Amino acid sequence: MSDSAKDEVSARANGATPGPAHSAPPTRALPGSGEVHRHILVAIVLNRPGVLNRVASLMRARNFNIESLSVSHTDQPDISRMTITLLGDDVAVEQVSKQLYRLIDVLKVQDFSGEPTVEHELALIKVRATDSNRAEIVKVAELYRARLVDIADGSVIVEASGSEAEVDAIVALLRSYGIKELVRTGTAVMARGSASIEEALKR
Amino acid sequence: MTITKGEPAQQPTAARQVKAAPTDLRRGHVPNDGTAGAAAIEQARSAMLRDTKPTKRSRIGADVVCEALLRQGVDVFFGYPGGVVLPLYDVLGDYPELRHVLVRHEQGGAHAADGYARVTGRVGVCLGTSGPGATNLVTGIGTALLDSIPMVAITGNVPGALIGKDAFQEIDINGITLPMTKHNYLVRNADDLPRVFAEAFHIARTGRPGPVHIDITKDALQQETAVQHPSPAEVIAGLPGFRPNFDGHPRQLKIAAAEIARAKRPMILAGHGVLHAEAWDDLRAFAEKTSIPVAWTLLGIGAMAEDHPLAYGFMGMHGWKHVNRAIQSADLLIAIGMRFDDRVTGNVRTYAPYARIVHVDIDPAEIGKNVAVEVPIVGDAGRVLRALTPMVDATPLGDRSEYLEQLAEWRAESEASSWHGSGAWREGVLTADFVVERIGELTNHAATYVADVGQNQMWLARYLGFRRPNSHVSSGGLGTMGFALPAAMGAALGQPDRETWAVIGDGGFQMTFQELMTLVQDRIPVKIALFDNKKLGMIRQWQEIFYAGNYHSAHLLGPDFAKLADAFGIPAFRACTPDEVDPAIEAAQAVDGPALIWFEIAETQNVFPMMPAGKGLSDLIEKWDGPEE
Repeated sequence: MSDSAKDEVSARANGATPGPAHSAPPTRALPGSGEVHRHILVAIVLNRPGVLNRVASLMRARNFNIESLSVSHTDQPDISRMTITLLGDDVAVEQVSKQLYRLIDVLKVQDFSGEPTVEHELALIKVRATDSNRAEIVKVAELYRARLVDIADGSVIVEASGSEAEVDAIVALLRSYGIKELVRTGTAVMARGSASIEEALKR
Repeated sequence: MTITKGEPAQQPTAARQVKAAPTDLRRGHVPNDGTAGAAAIEQARSAMLRDTKPTKRSRIGADVVCEALLRQGVDVFFGYPGGVVLPLYDVLGDYPELRHVLVRHEQGGAHAADGYARVTGRVGVCLGTSGPGATNLVTGIGTALLDSIPMVAITGNVPGALIGKDAFQEIDINGITLPMTKHNYLVRNADDLPRVFAEAFHIARTGRPGPVHIDITKDALQQETAVQHPSPAEVIAGLPGFRPNFDGHPRQLKIAAAEIARAKRPMILAGHGVLHAEAWDDLRAFAEKTSIPVAWTLLGIGAMAEDHPLAYGFMGMHGWKHVNRAIQSADLLIAIGMRFDDRVTGNVRTYAPYARIVHVDIDPAEIGKNVAVEVPIVGDAGRVLRALTPMVDATPLGDRSEYLEQLAEWRAESEASSWHGSGAWREGVLTADFVVERIGELTNHAATYVADVGQNQMWLARYLGFRRPNSHVSSGGLGTMGFALPAAMGAALGQPDRETWAVIGDGGFQMTFQELMTLVQDRIPVKIALFDNKKLGMIRQWQEIFYAGNYHSAHLLGPDFAKLADAFGIPAFRACTPDEVDPAIEAAQAVDGPALIWFEIAETQNVFPMMPAGKGLSDLIEKWDGPEE
């Protein structure tokens, strides 16, 4: 359609405005603040075949921007815990929780961002090492309370744990020696204090 | 036992007594027209039912499936056999109360189950085999998901040991339906079948309804099992992650009541949730007590009888101008069981700019998804309305006289300009709106009306004049062309006491018309109103208005539909002028069984008003004479 035709369409607008004829109607706010933050969601799920697939599929289909997703056992054999870190504004993250709740296998979802938590992840970093710099690498590892878990001809494996930022820092430092291989578990998170997301299920 | 040709087979008596009188149970809702063809069909069916296994055999997974369907109150389901579901077909004859309708394509089976569910409020059931049988169901399952229809879709799969081996007709249907069902199952062991079926039906119909898919390996259908069906309490206990909230929070209800007391220009937006909750009486009581007019979404049609004084009309992209105008000027929208779909709101930024919103929905994820709302209420439409009505002050119509008079004025204006389109029918042009209006009148607005997708769908929604809940069936969310004929098939079996009309365009009809033969074989009395404009009408309309008349692929060649119907043994009538409409409808109504009317309607009629995609409700196009330079 030509521009003039588009104008034509607008010109046929027939809005009814109870306010003064000359004032444009107010604009409806879209849901959400639009301020994007990193959020950590913990989902307690039934340990059934396909549950990870369901969660991952939902995230993709709903266009949610997730950074990491990890699954682990809990103290109850039939229940698993998923930790999801994602970027989004308040409403987007609320939508993720609500959509997760729609899954039959999801028992509980909690947004841990803004709460006092312990946040830890573990990394294994295989670093190039020579006889001349191995001692130096050991020192760097000690500084970060990391440790060497394997020493071989030409390389060492450093096991580092801590918050995501701490692990980022040691990875950055070790990069100068040459990282051959890197694996990170993703963040594990738990609220401080005596409250328990698992106990909350047993109501 | 020897069977001599031409002589009836000797009946093994023990089996016979158990299977007494299956036909009476099953055929109550199909008219018996006494023709030779009908008798032949009857005979074939009875023969099929009597050819059963000896009764002394052990209970296998396939028996559990049939038992579960019967326990859930299923009287009819729609299926198509195939290699891996043959164990089920092998035992079906032992369950004569369970009527199986053999469709011509699995998609038709899924839509039929959908149509059945929509008019009855019960769970519709369809069945397909593995591989292509399963993938053919997918469109129907998606249609049910987007419109929240309670459905259980059953498929067979290859034996457990062959899963993952790319066996013949193996496809990962569980992975395919995972994102398009409310929940799905893969069953590899017959012992799991009782629990899975009980859970599936519970999930499908509880809370926000939706489709559930059960994939069963062939060996699970064949295994012997003694596991009994769980009680409803055991089912609920086994689903700790599924606890829908039915009652609105009292604090939120109080806030809503305060909003309603303050509002000067309130409007109720009724959606499909009102029908799911069977809350039409509660809605009417609430509207009458508060004197608030009611508008409805496409799937909310029937929530309020259209001849009620407070019934205002159909909203949205092709809704009435007066309704959209009222929404744009409202100061309070009370949205009940609807989800602010883009076809309802248009551009959200310009939607209802003066309105605060009370949003009632059973699915918390719908609240705040598309529009920001002031008062969220999570709950069942019926329970919320019943709780809210006593909390609001009675407002007589007189107290809103100024507002209601303005609405009435807008309505008169809008109906004068768009009722019956251009009014071209007066000059002998056969327009679709005229046909729809006549169908409504001649059926006394009491039939079930099933729409396909496109212009025909909008004409039906706008002009029929619905009076009863669940009398309108339409694929709203997914917009599935080819939906109407098979869905009408299911609707007719679900509501045998009502006439069932399928309103279909020539495009949609050519997608699924193989089900005509199902109508004949199972003698399902659907009346088909075929709107033939020899076009993909809505495509043509968009191309005319938004693509400068570039009508690529909008012209659709069709067969001689009367001959086509005739080939299926279906009486066909044809109407090309307004004068021929009433006689054709009456003739079709007089047929005992399915009938088709071929309406050769005006080829270039558009549906107006129309909201362009991305625009707002205030930007309706009401007529189009081509772009003016």
